Amino acid sequence: MAVSHTFRTLVFTMLGGTVSVLWAAAPANQPLGIGHSASGHDIAAKDLTVHPDGTGLPPGRGSAQEGAVLFAAQCSACHGDHGEGRADFPALVGGRGSLAEDKPVLTVGSYWPYATTLFDYIRRAMPYQGSGDLSANEIYALTAWILAENRIVKPSLVLTEQTLPKVRMPNRDGFESAAMTK
Amino acid sequence: MLAPEGARADPRFQGDPRRVYGERSTFEKSARSFGASNIALTTGSSRTPLQDLYGIITPSSLHFERHHSGVPGIDPAQHELLLHGLVERPLKFSMEELRRFPSLSRVHFIECAGNAGREHRGNPGPTVQLSHGLVSCSEWSGVLLSTLLREAGLRDSARWIVAEGADASRHSRSIPIGKALDDVIVAYGQNGEAVRPEQGYPLRLVVPGWEGNVNVKWLHRLHVTDQPAMSRDEAASYTDLMPNGKARQFTFEMETNSVITRPSGGHQLQGRGFHEVSGLAWTGRGKIVRVEVSVDGGGSWSDAELQEPVFSKALTRFRLPWRWMGEETLLQSRSTDETGYVQPTRDVLIAARGMKEGPDGINHYHGIKPWKVNRDGSITHV
Repeated sequence: MAVSHTFRTLVFTMLGGTVSVLWAAAPANQPLGIGHSASGHDIAAKDLTVHPDGTGLPPGRGSAQEGAVLFAAQCSACHGDHGEGRADFPALVGGRGSLAEDKPVLTVGSYWPYATTLFDYIRRAMPYQGSGDLSANEIYALTAWILAENRIVKPSLVLTEQTLPKVRMPNRDGFESAAMTK
Repeated sequence: MLAPEGARADPRFQGDPRRVYGERSTFEKSARSFGASNIALTTGSSRTPLQDLYGIITPSSLHFERHHSGVPGIDPAQHELLLHGLVERPLKFSMEELRRFPSLSRVHFIECAGNAGREHRGNPGPTVQLSHGLVSCSEWSGVLLSTLLREAGLRDSARWIVAEGADASRHSRSIPIGKALDDVIVAYGQNGEAVRPEQGYPLRLVVPGWEGNVNVKWLHRLHVTDQPAMSRDEAASYTDLMPNGKARQFTFEMETNSVITRPSGGHQLQGRGFHEVSGLAWTGRGKIVRVEVSVDGGGSWSDAELQEPVFSKALTRFRLPWRWMGEETLLQSRSTDETGYVQPTRDVLIAARGMKEGPDGINHYHGIKPWKVNRDGSITHV
C-alpha cells in the first residue's frame, strides 16, 4: 500500500475513526492508495517485453541445427518444411528484395526490421495451439534456424541474449515511423 | 400454476414467461457475419450488420470481433492488471480495486485498421456489413489510464506504454506516453454492463480514434518503457507498404470515414416517393462537422443532418430526406472532420498509396463508397 493511504488511516483513527469525510481535493498527482505493490517476483513471472536493443531477452542459447529438429516437429505442419508457408499460415522464409515489385513477398526474412521481434513473437504466441511452453533455449534455436534459412545468419551461429540483438535484418532501414512521442 | 382448462384466460398468465436477462424478439434475425478463415473456427473476425442498426450504439452482441488466437474465458476474481517499468511504485490491481478508482464513461468507435480494405483492392463489399462491418461504437466505462499511471508515479524517462493481453498469443502493442496520458481508458464496462468476452472481458484498453489493434483486449499488463517494444503487430503487421517499397510504422489514427447504411447493398426500395437516406460517419481525429450526400452520382451534394450530440471519436448518424422517382442512380456520402480533412474518393487514395499490400492487407482505407439504385428499387454495390 502507498504510504499516504496508511497516513490518512492513522489520522482518521486518531480522530475517532468514525468520521466519514468527502475525499478532500488532494493534489492531482497524489496517489489514492488503491492497489497492491507488485514484487520483483510478480513482475518476473509476467514480463515478456523484449526490446530491439536486447533488453528483456532471457538468458539462453540455441543453434540452427537444434532449431531444425524443433521446427520439423512443432512448426512445419503449418509453416511448411522450409518455412515457405501453407494455406493461410504465413511464409517465414523468402521474398528477399521483392518489396519494390508490384506483388512483394513479405516474410520474416524479407520484411521484418528486427530479429528480436521474431524471438518475442515465438515466445508469446507459438506454436499456435499451445503457446507459452517453449524454453528460452528452444526459442533461440528456432529463431536461429529461421534466420539461417533466410540466409541472414550463418547456420553455425549460436544465438544468445548477447548475439541476437546484433543480427541486422535486411529490411532494417525499410520503415518510417509516423509516431508522435513526447 | 396453470390456469384450469376451459377457464376464461387469466390476465396473470398472458404472454411468455418473464426472463431475468432479456433477449430480442425471435422475429429479429440480424447477426454478425464470419470471415472465411482456414486457421481455426474459434478465431478470425466477425462483422457488424450496420445495415440493420439504428442510432449510433452497436448492440453489444453485434459488436465486431477481431482476434488472432481465440477468445479466452477469464475469471474476473483471478484477473490482475500489472503496472510496472519506469514507475515509482510498481502496482497490481484486482478488478475490484480498478472499480474503486474515479470512473468515467465515453462513447467511442473501435475500428479495425483493415476495415474496408477490400474496397481499396477493387473487390467492393456487396453489403455495408461486408464492406465496412469492422467498426462498432459503444459507451465504454472504466478508469482513465492517466489515473493509473499517476497512481504508480511516472519516472521522467517514461516515453511509451507497452500494453499486453492475456489471450493465447499475448497480443502486445506500444503506445506513446502523450496519447497514454490523454484519453486512453482502461475499460470494464460496455453499454452499461461488463465488457463482453469477445470485446475483452473483463478488462480492455480503449484508445480513442486509434486503430483497433492498439485497443488491447483481455488487458493484464502495462509496462512503462523508454522505447517501443517493436512487437510483431507494430514492427511488421499493421505497417503500410508504400509504392516505393518503404513502409510506414505507427500509423495509429483512423482517418475520417462515412458510409450510407440505408438504403445500402441488399436493401430493396418499396416504391417511388419519400425515402430517408441514413448512414454513419466517424473520425479518429475528433468530431465529424459535416456529412454531404449525393443522390445523383456525384453531380451535386447536399448537407445531411447530423444526429446531436456529436461525440468526439464516435460514430455520428447522418440523415437526408430523398425523393426517388424510379431512376437508376448512385448514392454516396462524404464526411468532413474537425481538422478540415474531407473524406477522399478511392481514386485519390490509390494515387497516393498505391496497391501494394502490407503483411495483413491494406490498412486505413477510408474512401467514399457509392451504392447503386437500380430501376427496380434494388440496391447493389459498384
